[in-house]
Amino acid sequence: MATRVLDQHDVRAVGHGEKTGLWSWITTVDHKRIGILYGTTAFIFFLLGGIEALLIRIQLGSPENTFLSAERYNELFTMHGTTMIFLAIMPLSAMFFNFMIPLQIGARDVAFPRLNAFSYWVFLAGGLFLNSSWLFGLAPDTGWFGYANLTSTQYSPGLNVDFWMIGLQVLGIASLAAAVNFFVTIVNLRAPGMKLMRMPMFVWMSFITQVLLLLAFPVITVALFLLMFDRFFGTHFFVPSGGGDPILWQHLFWIFGHPEVYILILPAFGIISEVLPVFSRKPLFGYAAMVFSGVFIAFLGFGVWAHHMFATGMGPIADAFFALSTMLIAIPTGVKIFNWMGTMWGGSLQFRTPMYFAIGFIAMFIIGGLSGVMHASPPADLQQTDTYFVVAHFHYVLFGGSIFGLTAGAYYWWPKMFGRMLNESLGKVHFWLMLIGFNLTFFPMHFLGLNGMPRRTYTYPKGLGFETLNQIETAGSFLLAVAFLVFLVNVFQSWRKPRNAPADPWNGATLEWSIPSPPQEFNFAEIPVVHGRDAFWEMKRERRGPLPEPARVSGRGIHMPNPSYWPVVAAIGVLAVLLSLMFLPHFGPLGVVVAAGVLFLGVFKWAFEPAG
Amino acid sequence: MPLRTTAWRSSRLVAALCLLTLVLAGCSPEHYPQTTLLPRGDFARIADDLLDTTVKWAVLVFVLVEGALVYSIFRFRGKPGDSEPHQTHGNTTVEIIWTVIPALILAAIAVPTVQAIFLTNATPKADALRIEVVGHQWWWEFRYPEYNLTTANEIHVPMGRTVSLHMGSADVIHSFWLPQFAAKRDVFANRETRLWFKAEVVGEYPGQCAEFCGIQHARMGYRIRAQKPEEFQAWVAHMQTLAPKPPPAAKPAPVPKPAAGARSDQEVRTASAGATVQPVAGQGPDYATGEKLFQAKGCVACHALYAVNAPKGMIGPNLANVGARSYIAAGTLKNTDENMARWIQNPQVIKKGVLMPNLGVTEPEARALVAFLRAHQ
Amino acid sequence: MAAVAHEVPHGLEHATATGLDSRKLAIWTFIGSECLFFAALISNYLVNKGRSLVGPFPHEPWTSPTGEHFKPILEIPLVTLGTALLLFSSLFVVLALSGAQRGSRKALVGWLAATIACGVFFVGMQVYEFSHFVHEGLTLKTNLFGASFYVLTGFHGTHVTIGVIWLVTLWILAARGKIPPSKALNLEMAALYWHFVDVVWIVIFPVVYLIK
Repeated sequence: MATRVLDQHDVRAVGHGEKTGLWSWITTVDHKRIGILYGTTAFIFFLLGGIEALLIRIQLGSPENTFLSAERYNELFTMHGTTMIFLAIMPLSAMFFNFMIPLQIGARDVAFPRLNAFSYWVFLAGGLFLNSSWLFGLAPDTGWFGYANLTSTQYSPGLNVDFWMIGLQVLGIASLAAAVNFFVTIVNLRAPGMKLMRMPMFVWMSFITQVLLLLAFPVITVALFLLMFDRFFGTHFFVPSGGGDPILWQHLFWIFGHPEVYILILPAFGIISEVLPVFSRKPLFGYAAMVFSGVFIAFLGFGVWAHHMFATGMGPIADAFFALSTMLIAIPTGVKIFNWMGTMWGGSLQFRTPMYFAIGFIAMFIIGGLSGVMHASPPADLQQTDTYFVVAHFHYVLFGGSIFGLTAGAYYWWPKMFGRMLNESLGKVHFWLMLIGFNLTFFPMHFLGLNGMPRRTYTYPKGLGFETLNQIETAGSFLLAVAFLVFLVNVFQSWRKPRNAPADPWNGATLEWSIPSPPQEFNFAEIPVVHGRDAFWEMKRERRGPLPEPARVSGRGIHMPNPSYWPVVAAIGVLAVLLSLMFLPHFGPLGVVVAAGVLFLGVFKWAFEPAG
Repeated sequence: MPLRTTAWRSSRLVAALCLLTLVLAGCSPEHYPQTTLLPRGDFARIADDLLDTTVKWAVLVFVLVEGALVYSIFRFRGKPGDSEPHQTHGNTTVEIIWTVIPALILAAIAVPTVQAIFLTNATPKADALRIEVVGHQWWWEFRYPEYNLTTANEIHVPMGRTVSLHMGSADVIHSFWLPQFAAKRDVFANRETRLWFKAEVVGEYPGQCAEFCGIQHARMGYRIRAQKPEEFQAWVAHMQTLAPKPPPAAKPAPVPKPAAGARSDQEVRTASAGATVQPVAGQGPDYATGEKLFQAKGCVACHALYAVNAPKGMIGPNLANVGARSYIAAGTLKNTDENMARWIQNPQVIKKGVLMPNLGVTEPEARALVAFLRAHQ
Repeated sequence: MAAVAHEVPHGLEHATATGLDSRKLAIWTFIGSECLFFAALISNYLVNKGRSLVGPFPHEPWTSPTGEHFKPILEIPLVTLGTALLLFSSLFVVLALSGAQRGSRKALVGWLAATIACGVFFVGMQVYEFSHFVHEGLTLKTNLFGASFYVLTGFHGTHVTIGVIWLVTLWILAARGKIPPSKALNLEMAALYWHFVDVVWIVIFPVVYLIK
């Protein structure tokens, strides 16, 4: 009953024939197009964050450097962190959630296509708003973690913190809306036979990520609201002179912030778990262990937040609790790494570009994991925290982990998303430049940190011995930049060639490889029926060989949702409401009323618009 | 063929990484005055021992796991025409083993960790020397209640006697970090945090704020001088001579407007700060001019010039022994006459955002002020 | 099936994997997320409890340094009435839903109106309470109690208000006969949300008003 057999006359080859033009992109509710919008936007923000990083590295290339002023440097490291976390890694993951979750579970779209569009537009509004602060010379300058009471109006009277606070609030709404959507999509829109324990590992890890988003983001939302009341309405939640406690901010922030770390890494875990089996020609080793270790990591992720706060002096009991819970996380993480290696073990490894990045991910993530165990130990962490050792650690996890994983995903799914193959040689050049550049940039930071270089300082004096390693790091960062230029060249070259990707270029295991590249608007002409894990491998095994190239069909009669612009209106309304609060002294309550009106209009028109 | 190149490349990479590690290992911590790896105090030694334990396990795990990864890259490289490898889905025994072994390693780290947590959180003995640390944007205040002394940006501690730090902040969160002696602890405006250590070696070392605290976080350094007990006692005895003269009948100096960002809640105390100390060093004609300028330019509103009975809550660092310090402006500049003159004339250029405003001091005036301050040894 | 597909929303186009309607699941998911939102707000209230530097206080009298006397500021009887009405409204919305499912427009419109009336009373009570407190000298800025009280109950009140607007919209539709039994789900989603808002108040009421 769940399958829809098309009229036989309609199953015939047709051209690509998709709608084009700006309006079609603004009103689109197609998860694949929204995925591409997410990806493109996030990649631009990623490049922006990268440029910010390069400026930071130039400044630190020599002691007592005056390339950047103190305030510009503080803005740059704040925006680099905020951009990479909220505007690059998270939405790059969202690109894959959007494009791949429906394809991997055999669905025609997400559960709420217009909500999906809304999420994207809110994300875009938040990202543009945050970065518009540069135009006014008022970029946020208190760190991505925005510790109170430095963020109070007394110590940060400018609009810088307001931009950060409201930008994050807007981005949080986008993440929450998307999380509800993907949660429901994964639970409800799986194709017949796609039981939970048959889902591709990327879908599983994405699912866990959505749960983390749903439970972690409300906490930062509240924290940001409290800060907003402190700054706009004169409350004293984080202001010591009014009896408030700056440490409360740290607790709220890290109760969100630590799960956020897993929000950033779990999708990459999922991608790696897709890439390794395909290029090892062997199923994922220990599927159930992989699922449960992911669940376990997410669960423990809510019980370790105060390991970011050992230096605040919480006392021995709390220190011991958070040290042990943190160390415990190493066990499921270790299980994952061993299972990936178990997947490769005994396989027939195909060294294509995605596989390079996947193996690079494992190699680098191990280093990040081991340094993580080192500062799980509070007395040792008291030396390491707020030094470059920590900077090294989380770049091994977030760059060596997330970015390597996402890049593996980009090379792996590129043919599916755009119907074009990327150049293998350029891909490998990209990999080696990135691996070497990455290690040159971040490995010396371990030594710098242990040898006394603190974080977030716009310069360092001569005579502390930091010069040489900083020079190496700066050189490494430019190598990293070159690596991504090679990627851009690769993308550009493939763009100029005709579409050449077959439906299944890698002998894929999952359902997205069973349909044409790029997929048609309705994804599956026939909703597939799933009989086991690695559904597409199973289908090919049944046929005892590769399947014929799937034809593009007209798909007439397949009911798809209509495009809509009300999500865009609602997204603008969300930003407008928060802006009207920021400029309450200027526009007064009328501004709030007008902004709320826009939001209500968007939501109401959307609610009463026929879905399709 | 491309596969073989890949293998060759990876082996070259491994060699390069090993070489890099060796080179970096060659950068021994001796070259880093602020290093945490050469502990000179008992607290830092606990942290360092713990790090050593963890690093040993980490290197072992690193070598084994990365080794296995590299091995499988070479061993299981696919060749064209290979048949489909054996389709294993898992192996319970192996999976249990690689869950249990990491757990055991973590236990081996966790036991000394928990011991060290309780050790480092223990209350120091009653005979410990109590020093109060106050973090300010962007300098450090040190008070010795036992001796009724106040100083800034240079902390003196006796070797062999446990020091108990009682810490707070005048404004935002800072983190007091003594890399060589005692790791770090955040300081807050609304609670007292503590740290203790016993210096085991004498010497002068740099330290620095470790929690981002605003525009000049990078310029919030300080020096620590660990001294032999008799030297420390001599320093205390000397500092105790830096007491206020009976206040002259002169009218209080005008209070200059503090630079942008100065706080309303921090009381500007001028009460008895007008008094100056009997300087020890020789006095030239510049000294007298400098003394007058110190009043006239309003310096006295934020800076005390004596160490004994110094008022609390001053906006600027105590200058009682500024002439003898190694650095000025919280580790920003070497304490030379030239630097001090530059600083007095133009603090907002050298350390933008600092609460000390540009007071329109001319070059000759600056020279006089330097002569005056230099005499405060 | 194909013919029906054109009438039902997208999530229902083919039967869902769980058999649960996607919109209903979405509301449940949203409510799960909202639990953490209110948990954080309530924690904030509890953390700041008793840490106000100056009065007025919720449960204790206070005399200001200038000699002004303040009674304990909370007015428990009025809020108890509001609480009771809010709890009853949960019952009313269930009756309205049952009416919608049975196709009884009279029951639907009547009970829905009762639900809305309770919600409006509750919001009105809160508006009165807030303005009364401000009049008594308790604002957001006064002390930590004022700040955390207004923020916690204010966010809850905002949720009630949104619920009232949602229910009024449905009431208008119902009055025009646009909620047939086949669309009872539209009301069920609002009802789920409404129950959640009630449940949150059941936690907030003792935390703020009853526990001293």
